[in-house]
Amino acid sequence: MTMKFFKNIALALTATAALTGAVMAAGAAKHPIQQKWSFDGAFGKYDRASAQRGWQVYKQVCSACHSLKYFRFRNLAELGYSEDMIKAFAAEYEVAGEPDDAGDETVRNALPQDAFPAPFANENAARASNGGALPPDLSLLAKARHDGSNYLFSVLTGYEDAPADFDLAAGKNYNPYFKGGQISMAPPLAEGIVEYEDGTAATPEQMARDVTMFLTYVAEPKLEDRHRMGMNVLIFLGILSIILYLSMKKIWKPVKEGKNFYDDAE
Amino acid sequence: MAKWQTIKPENKALAWVEERLPVLALVSNVVGPDTPTPRNLNYFWNFGSLAGLMLVVQLISGIVLAMHYTPDTSLAFDSVERIMRDVNYGWLIRYMHANGASFFFIAVYIHILRGLYYGSYKAPREVLWMLGLVIFLLMMATAFMGYVLPWGQMSFWGATVITNLFSAVPVVGEDIVTLLWGGFSVDNPTLKRFFSLHYLLPFVITGVVILHIWAKKVSDSGNPLGVEVQSSADQIPFHPFYTIKDAFGVGVFFFVFAAFIFYDPNAMGHPDNYIPADPLVTPDSIVPEWYFLPFYAILRSITFDIGIPFTDIVIIPAKLLGVIAMFAAIIILFFLPWLDTSKVRSTRFRPTYRYFFWFLVADMVLLTIVGGKKPEGIWPLLGLIGTAYYFAHFLVIMPLLGKIEKTLPLPESIAKACAPKAQAAE
Repeated sequence: MTMKFFKNIALALTATAALTGAVMAAGAAKHPIQQKWSFDGAFGKYDRASAQRGWQVYKQVCSACHSLKYFRFRNLAELGYSEDMIKAFAAEYEVAGEPDDAGDETVRNALPQDAFPAPFANENAARASNGGALPPDLSLLAKARHDGSNYLFSVLTGYEDAPADFDLAAGKNYNPYFKGGQISMAPPLAEGIVEYEDGTAATPEQMARDVTMFLTYVAEPKLEDRHRMGMNVLIFLGILSIILYLSMKKIWKPVKEGKNFYDDAE
Repeated sequence: MAKWQTIKPENKALAWVEERLPVLALVSNVVGPDTPTPRNLNYFWNFGSLAGLMLVVQLISGIVLAMHYTPDTSLAFDSVERIMRDVNYGWLIRYMHANGASFFFIAVYIHILRGLYYGSYKAPREVLWMLGLVIFLLMMATAFMGYVLPWGQMSFWGATVITNLFSAVPVVGEDIVTLLWGGFSVDNPTLKRFFSLHYLLPFVITGVVILHIWAKKVSDSGNPLGVEVQSSADQIPFHPFYTIKDAFGVGVFFFVFAAFIFYDPNAMGHPDNYIPADPLVTPDSIVPEWYFLPFYAILRSITFDIGIPFTDIVIIPAKLLGVIAMFAAIIILFFLPWLDTSKVRSTRFRPTYRYFFWFLVADMVLLTIVGGKKPEGIWPLLGLIGTAYYFAHFLVIMPLLGKIEKTLPLPESIAKACAPKAQAAE
């Protein structure tokens, strides 16, 4: 019976494969470059040093146009910054405060509990400053694209000269990893645009890796908790399943031996 | 139906209650020591209890999520992100709920295929089967509305596409759509009513599940051989034998479930749903959750009108025909007990039908793949072939094959086939 069952499965699979064939429509954008990341895999963690550099890149480069609305300064503690440093980071920015006694609007320095302030007051202002294009919020980008982290890295490093036959619109840049091949954002990471505090050489590739590390953290801040708890849960369920299996074998022994459990069995 | 056994607990207080409301007897007679069950149920019989358990997981995680979620278009997406970031273990509860929907469908699909393979829909279990299909339909409605709640791009556009289907209904179509939307587009009133109904329907499902289990008690479990129970030698008590087997199944099923929750929680979701809903930007391709894909493929496969030949008169426009086909794909299952003309229940003894069963499974896999592709190139044609085969299976192959197939000899009894010693020991 078991053999037959597997034969049936094999039959089903062959039939499906034959029906669908190997027809894979090529997508509009190039498949992202595959990078190795410290957060990949069951034991993956964020690389703190890289994420801190990435925060610096975001702050000094990306934040000129891109908001990060779900990120609060206090979250920096998870990247290894001390409370004082976080307060200092926050104090560099101004946010809207409570109305004063006369009812007039006020501004105050940002506090750790504040979200990172958006560069533009609203969508229209953002578009007006960017030739009509809207720079997306970056909080969830690493999860809002297929293969998000590799995608971010690929777009950031993937600028090329457009092929001769490509019809590039005015004000756009050619980037094969971006949907449609043309992107409004100019290549953002030029050699040495950031001077890393830890002395790492700020090559475009290094900056792209670091900011991807940071943005992946912002998109999925609980990844490390998740990985840690998952291991405990899987070990628990694995052992539980083994115990339940052995109990089942023991309890079922009389059934397998053909015992009757009802007196009135003929 | 096995005889109803009463229980007399030793404990006086318990006995007092039991006399007035026999709850212990209810449990014992439905899933307990007083529930005689065929001795030969295989692991495919685990998926009923697994589906029931997933319903409980969804209810509990969903009730907790509802404590933190805000059903308002301006706040829904933000409130989900707050759950993911700032609510204690919110990420865990949300990932459980999102993946739980998929695993609920996995359990239910295997449960349905089990019923299909072993002929669980045949007399005397027709009502049991139909109640199961009612649960399936309610689950689809619940899952669809739940997917709208995070108010991401796929939420919004999925809701738009699916609710628009009803506009194909003649005469009252547009009114139905307006009623579903609570306005003239998918907007705040839509989100609010979907939230309300998403909270309500699981309790309706629970009610039908109770009827489903009741019907199982009345007609008893089927079994892989498909022969009815002849004597109590064919049976063993549900408890402890199937309770421990179900528990082992839960361990394994939850292991896989947990692997997804903790190590690939977004594998079965769509990245576009992490983009807030935007009525002005249509996603590249609007795809529903994977468990709807075969039916979505059937819906889209119909691209032709039915009309009077050589005239421009259209009797059924393509859109309506697609909607009819999609609903018919499930409604047809209600008629299975009569469409299947074979006297033999279990496919194990139907050598020819066995091939057709696996062709049907392959067809469903094909339709799932087609449903996830953009309707261009070869896919619409494959979708149409898949759809045609799906209906041919139930409307042509099943009724005909039942009459002409040479089935294998059935065993005399479960005990003779599975536990020869149970007979010898008399």
